[in-house]
Amino acid sequence: METSFVLLLLLAPFVGFLSNIFFGKQLGKTGSGVLGTLAVVVSFFVSCYFFSQVSGSKQPINVHLFDWISLGKFSINFDILLDQLSLLWLLFVTGIGSLIHIYSISYMHDDENIHKFFAYLNLFIFFMITLVVGSNLLIMFIGWEGVGLCSYLLIGFWHKNQEYNDAAKKAFIMNRIGDLGFLIGIFIIGYLFNTLDFNVIKQAVLTGSNPEVAGWLSIATLCLFIGASGKSAQIPLYTWLPDAMAGPTPVSALIHAATMVTAGIFMITRLNFLFDLTPDVQNIIAVVGAITSLVAASIGLVQNDIKKVLAYSTVSQLGLMFLALGLGAYEVAVFHVITHAFFKACLFLGSGSVIHALHGEQDMRRMGGLKGAMKVTFLTFLLATLAISGIPPFAGFFSKDEILMVAFHENKVLWVIAAVASIMTAFYMFRLLYLTFFKEFRGTEEQKHHLHESPMLITFPLMVLGVLSVVGGAISLPGNSWLNHYLEPIFAHAPHEAHHLGTTEYMLMAFAVVGALIGIGIAYSKYIKKSEVPAEDSEITGFAKVLYNKYYVDEAYMAVIVKPIYSLSKFLRDYIETGLSQIIFGFGAVADGLALQGKKLQNGNIGFYLFAFVFGLCSVVFYLFFLR
Amino acid sequence: MDVTIVLLILLLGAVVTYFSGNKAASKVALLFSAVAFGASLMILNQYNQGIDCGFSAVWMTNPNILFSLKADGLALAMVLLTTVLTPLIILSSFGNNFNNAKNFYALVMFMAFAMTGTFLASDGFLYYIFWELSLIPIYFIALLWGNGDAAERKKAVIKFFIYTFAGSLFMLVGFIYLYQKAGSFQLDKLYALELSATEEFWIFLAFFFAYAIKIPIIPFHTWQANVYQKAPTVGTMLLSGIMLKMGLYSVIRWQLPIAPNAAQELLYTIVGLSIAGVIYGSIVALKQRDLKKLLAYSSLAHVGLIAAGCYTLTLDGLRGAVLQMIAHGFVIVGLFFAAEIIYRRFETRTIADMGGIRSQSPKFTSMFMILVLASVALPGTFNFVGEFTVLYSLFQTNLAFAIVGGTTIILGAFYMLRMFQQAMLGETNAKPFADVSFNEGIVFVLIIGFLLFFGLYPKPIIDLITPSIQDILVHIK
Repeated sequence: METSFVLLLLLAPFVGFLSNIFFGKQLGKTGSGVLGTLAVVVSFFVSCYFFSQVSGSKQPINVHLFDWISLGKFSINFDILLDQLSLLWLLFVTGIGSLIHIYSISYMHDDENIHKFFAYLNLFIFFMITLVVGSNLLIMFIGWEGVGLCSYLLIGFWHKNQEYNDAAKKAFIMNRIGDLGFLIGIFIIGYLFNTLDFNVIKQAVLTGSNPEVAGWLSIATLCLFIGASGKSAQIPLYTWLPDAMAGPTPVSALIHAATMVTAGIFMITRLNFLFDLTPDVQNIIAVVGAITSLVAASIGLVQNDIKKVLAYSTVSQLGLMFLALGLGAYEVAVFHVITHAFFKACLFLGSGSVIHALHGEQDMRRMGGLKGAMKVTFLTFLLATLAISGIPPFAGFFSKDEILMVAFHENKVLWVIAAVASIMTAFYMFRLLYLTFFKEFRGTEEQKHHLHESPMLITFPLMVLGVLSVVGGAISLPGNSWLNHYLEPIFAHAPHEAHHLGTTEYMLMAFAVVGALIGIGIAYSKYIKKSEVPAEDSEITGFAKVLYNKYYVDEAYMAVIVKPIYSLSKFLRDYIETGLSQIIFGFGAVADGLALQGKKLQNGNIGFYLFAFVFGLCSVVFYLFFLR
Repeated sequence: MDVTIVLLILLLGAVVTYFSGNKAASKVALLFSAVAFGASLMILNQYNQGIDCGFSAVWMTNPNILFSLKADGLALAMVLLTTVLTPLIILSSFGNNFNNAKNFYALVMFMAFAMTGTFLASDGFLYYIFWELSLIPIYFIALLWGNGDAAERKKAVIKFFIYTFAGSLFMLVGFIYLYQKAGSFQLDKLYALELSATEEFWIFLAFFFAYAIKIPIIPFHTWQANVYQKAPTVGTMLLSGIMLKMGLYSVIRWQLPIAPNAAQELLYTIVGLSIAGVIYGSIVALKQRDLKKLLAYSSLAHVGLIAAGCYTLTLDGLRGAVLQMIAHGFVIVGLFFAAEIIYRRFETRTIADMGGIRSQSPKFTSMFMILVLASVALPGTFNFVGEFTVLYSLFQTNLAFAIVGGTTIILGAFYMLRMFQQAMLGETNAKPFADVSFNEGIVFVLIIGFLLFFGLYPKPIIDLITPSIQDILVHIK
């Protein structure tokens, strides 16, 4: 029974993928979209079923499917683990996935390859489910690389544009750098524990403490973190995510904001019992997360492409989640993952609605004044913006506030960094909101004439996500957290019970809100009161230019890594390869030369032959008699 | 029934093909190779039931040489690889029109025969004969039916022949020395031989020259790229899909168990050299202009990793290497076929002259894409199973080996995706590109089906090869 439901969960999106690949054209545009959506909705319902089961029984569900790889000391099975953590992820992956599928039916309707789009989306959901429900590291790795593949396919969905293809390739390769870290981490864990199964490792960790393990374990968790920082776009592997915005907007919402990029947080939370043992690595994670959140937020301050702002905002928010992970507050990170999924999906889909209405325009300098024409989009966007800025009682307030609180208690410097990043967030999000929806429309007359609210298929997901952005915080209210209680079984150490609310906590909350309001205030005075519009690219100067050009990190990577590899490749191709080849021909030439010399001996002179014969004979006799 | 039947069918196939005339030659060859595949499946079935399918008969008494064939799981896996790829390779050539087709296909069949013999032979002398015999057909195939400038081609092919032949002579010397000591060329006699450290060292080295050139391991690889490029695609497939596995297989079957202490002694050097080949091949592949050459260097990188696995002398290393040999055999044949399909339509192998194919031929693009992904060992493909196991064995030997060898997953993605982007994506190409034909489609579907099925369920192959590898490991440890 359980096995068949697990198969349904996994295979529904996979069947959707196959049907759309093979018969999508025949199904027609709407048909293929409906089919793709249904496939995910089925998975969503199955997830709900399992969720209610496990919530009730508190017993995780294990299903053995088949044997996979055998190694010398252990083998790796294709097993499924449905516990509190994987079910939580399943719910929002398939839930938000369903909404975004619905949205895409309308959004992608004019694309000739819409059936491929839905096929890839379904495949993505399939791999994401695999990633989440695998009971060992290697099954997780299948999903991990699989979602990377789908990300590649969807970023480069409009494959005639080579810039998009570049972005897709970059995403895949940068992820693979992280994946090598992940693999090495897997090797070390396999070597230490002779298993890759999460529960078995957890038991081993909880029961025994082997001092030899400790040293290796730090390397292992560090390697795993490298893997996580690739997938979840942390420094130094974050530069692919902003470029990934080349993909269609629903892809940005689903893969590059709500679900796939949270895989790194999922992995670390899954292995919390290992990370707990390696405080050094935890410190690294916290610092990397904090710095990433600040760097990305600062870049977001000056971007003018609506999707780029949201992309850097995603990187920044992911940084905050890693900060929480590094401080050992896994449940707080998970909380922020969920609220972030709601409001960031809403923001991306809202930006898609705007881009749709403006026929592909993404530059905020050519927008403005849309709130009249696009009421639903504006309203939902406003709710999500308030949520991400951390205004109570919206969802983002609670989760972000908990991160700040944990940081305050653990390390004041990290707290300051995170607080500054949050103020910046409030500023750039309201900058985005004002530039897009307020004041006069700055686009062409043609666009102005065609301004319209998007159809129901687009606004419906927006409304659902907008509502969730408002009420999502309810799952973990300070002092009375359903989420912490629910997740308790998966942690090695009980989640530190939400700091009981004292004066400090209320002060911190007030501080965070005031900070957000300051950010909003600055945005208001600049873009509403003074009606500023960001300068054209050529007029940007000073530090703003550095920010606008993203600290020139891409250029630096190009100059320091990619270019030298290309040069080396050319050098090896043109010099070493030919050189080695010549050496081999050299042997031939030497043989040729010897033959030429030898030929001279065969000169037809009987006297010379006789001489050689006698000389040889004498030598043999001499050897036999005197030297032996 | 024993394994000689497979050899006989292939040899008979070569003869019948030769006499069948140019028109029917390809179909006759396909028929015989398919029958040979069927026969090897039957042998496999017998083997799984526990029946010994080996064969042994006295060939010469002085010197003492037996015509003996050993059919354990490892040998059978390689025989199956040969007999399953041969019909696929022949089928893939149905779009080509060769001059003197009967000669061409007879040579292909003869080569399959010789390679199968190499995998089966358990008498050193017999093995050596098969080993050298397989070189002759590929020499003619590359020389007579190859492409590009004739003088250039001749130079490349003759270099290949002499180079590999010279390497093999070292091996022959090694065998003669071993015969002196053991009085037999028999595999188990040679395994049982007690050699001094110096003797082992030189024997190991003699074999190493033969295998390092055949596999190839850097810096003995310089024949490879040019021959792959200039040979007709069928020849390239035979070389890269099957023939270079002869070298890797021989390392496991002959070199390591005969000279285990030397292998242990030189472990770090040779694993290091093999891994250096992974990096070297990958980086050189990046900036290749010719698609077939790029694939040749990718092959160099992959076999470097396989060789590294072999020389770790661990169960994981050897097993992963064998899995990866099979996976690589399939994927490289598929990739060269993709290159051939582009050549059939655009008459070019220069990557820069391609581009914009995706919008014209979605089926071909999908298949090519899947092969590219298999080549970069995406989990879910059979290549991942092999590569993961090999990398894990490297990790057990030394963390640095795993990290350096592991860069293959980054570099591989780098050069393959870069190539794919340049060759397939971008603005629609002005020249028309017909999507895959039925015959072409079959070849792709079979290869991809194999790679995906065993990617998820490699157990049958793992179970087939593991006992034989453990037997060999007994002699190594």
